[in-house]
Amino acid sequence: MDALMLLGDEALAQGALDAGISGFYAYPGTPSTEIMEYAQRVKQAEGIHRTWSSNEKTAVESAIGMSYAGKRTMAMMKHVGLNVAADPFMNSAFTGANGGLIITVADDPSMHSSQNEQDSRFYGKFAMIPVLEPSNQQECYDMAFYGFELSEKYHVPVMIRLTTRLSHSRAGVVRRSPLPQNTLKKPDDLFQFMLLPAIARKKYQHLIELQDNFVEEAAKSPFNLFALKARDLSKGIICTGLAYNYLREAFQGDQIPYPVVKISQYPLPEKQIHALYDSCDSLLILEEGMPLVEEQLKGLAFKGSKPIHGRLDGTIPRAGELNPNKVAIALGLPDTFGQAVPEIVTGRPPALCVGCPHADSYLALNEAVKEYGRGHVFSDIGCYTLGFMPPYNAINSCVDMGASITMAKGAADSGLFPAVAVIGDSTFAHSGLTGLLDCIFDKSNVVIVILDNSTTGMTGGQDYTAAGKLEQICEGLGVEKEHIRTFVPFKKNFDEMVQIYKEEIAYNGVSVVIPRRECVQTLKRKHKMEA
Amino acid sequence: MTKDIILAGVGGQGILTIATILGTAALKRGMNLKQAEVHGMSQRGGDVQSHLRLSTEPIWSDLISLGRADMILSVEPMEALRYLPYLHEDGWIISNSTPFKNISNYPDEESIYSEIRKLKNHVLIDADGIAKEIKASRSMNIVVLGAAIKHLGFGADEIEDAIKTIFARKGEAIVEANLRALQAGLSALSS
Repeated sequence: MDALMLLGDEALAQGALDAGISGFYAYPGTPSTEIMEYAQRVKQAEGIHRTWSSNEKTAVESAIGMSYAGKRTMAMMKHVGLNVAADPFMNSAFTGANGGLIITVADDPSMHSSQNEQDSRFYGKFAMIPVLEPSNQQECYDMAFYGFELSEKYHVPVMIRLTTRLSHSRAGVVRRSPLPQNTLKKPDDLFQFMLLPAIARKKYQHLIELQDNFVEEAAKSPFNLFALKARDLSKGIICTGLAYNYLREAFQGDQIPYPVVKISQYPLPEKQIHALYDSCDSLLILEEGMPLVEEQLKGLAFKGSKPIHGRLDGTIPRAGELNPNKVAIALGLPDTFGQAVPEIVTGRPPALCVGCPHADSYLALNEAVKEYGRGHVFSDIGCYTLGFMPPYNAINSCVDMGASITMAKGAADSGLFPAVAVIGDSTFAHSGLTGLLDCIFDKSNVVIVILDNSTTGMTGGQDYTAAGKLEQICEGLGVEKEHIRTFVPFKKNFDEMVQIYKEEIAYNGVSVVIPRRECVQTLKRKHKMEA
Repeated sequence: MTKDIILAGVGGQGILTIATILGTAALKRGMNLKQAEVHGMSQRGGDVQSHLRLSTEPIWSDLISLGRADMILSVEPMEALRYLPYLHEDGWIISNSTPFKNISNYPDEESIYSEIRKLKNHVLIDADGIAKEIKASRSMNIVVLGAAIKHLGFGADEIEDAIKTIFARKGEAIVEANLRALQAGLSALSS
């Protein structure tokens, strides 16, 4: 078959489709979004579950349910999405899988589009499950097959960990002949998914017993590489995932004079790493992300005195993604640099689009809260987070999905007035409902602004589960009908908007204000398609 | 042959289309390709870049090393300068001269041009103006591509084929507009 040019995300989706997947479950989040978008786009995926979930927790739970029924399935999310899904994720290691279960997490080192750069491999280790970390697009594709097989062999969920530069980089991928889907099949053991304490204890014991098998699998993994023979033993190199590419790049594709271990499957194959340590004078650890391997090596397993270099001693900068230059410097190879950026070049930070409805909503909100000074508006995660930037300077917090409502509530509980939450419509569906219920239960004095642009804007315009139902949901949860207010955010409606905000700030209780106008990007796309 | 190209611009200006066209032409030749893109928050009117690597040899890194790019191909003049740390001393900078001003402190255009002209190998063309003249105003990016292909070792016919393949489903008129834009970019160079 001809090679397809695919993003890492797309290669994984194509691999999963060819490996007989029956359902994808996900909530959009950079850099993971394109996995589901690919599944939604290709004809091959017709009849396979591929609609968005409300959030990462519901996605992982649905995937566990599909695995229960014997089918192959995958839940996909960005790194911070795994925090939302941490509960089902950790417990899925105990229930194990029936049909192949892959949890794919795309990390964003250097925080290109995220609020932190946490490394999901730590979650994989925490859950004690096998973790696969592809180093190129072909491995993304192949690991879908391999991951499902591994999952079904040990009845355990498998994590695939991607990072931005692989998720969003394109290269040729060669396909294999597709496998059929699994047939529906309930678990043989009907206790398997029943985590009552007495059963869970046995499950934990079983998971502990599997650890040696997982290490053995990593030792013979087709994705790991142990090139222990080399001419220069002054230094041994361990690189994980993408770091292997930067190592090869540093030597311009030539043979590497040092022994090299490439890790793309965890848990760490200890025996081989011990052998590397014993044969070399020092080690250099190259990891895309946080120093997981380095910390493990510096832990109890190695009481030796040989130097181990990596992120912990500054050989590689502690934060931020790797690149070929950082790796070359760490290897003591010559660094390269073009020219400095001329001083006249100014920053061009991302901004709200021209004509964005959020801009009008913010300008009116600024006017309505002006008399109280800055520091009263809690916000959330989405395009509207850009309202922090001038000329708006409209918001004062961005912590995690849904935190706008609950932070406003906590601040209101302590007496801050006014306490305003600003949350997008899709973010509200993701994590806002339960927080709103807390506000209603306590009759908190908050104004919750749900910016309704009728899409998940920041990730490129995906649909979402609460679309078209916002008033119904708020009313159903218990917001008083007369305090659910809507308006169309246009400049010409400025006075009306300010008036509505002010009235709801004055009301002592829970108010919901819904500025509603479609995202200019999705609108533009629609017009293009109609033309 | 290896060509490491930094594509630069502002979100929405069409640098990924340039990448797709060059990528298609390279694949037709049987070359290897890696192309790192920017998605997500940074696309919202901010600066965007794509690392495009084409080679007859295996390609390892998805990112180009600093100081090793053969070309900065930019659809916006200030954005061309932002990636100078990547440019090899013998590399080319090919840029549109029309600024995209979505920030209030956009620097003086003449100072930007003079920085570009300081470079040994540079091409600065008014791609927006040219595209408008030939009634293909949405193909500014292809005009810039036209000005670049000679330095990338591609023939006009190879790029034309790629344009036909990629734009075919958008209809004859769009294919024609893009072919005109490519030619205009090519001849802008020789004038």
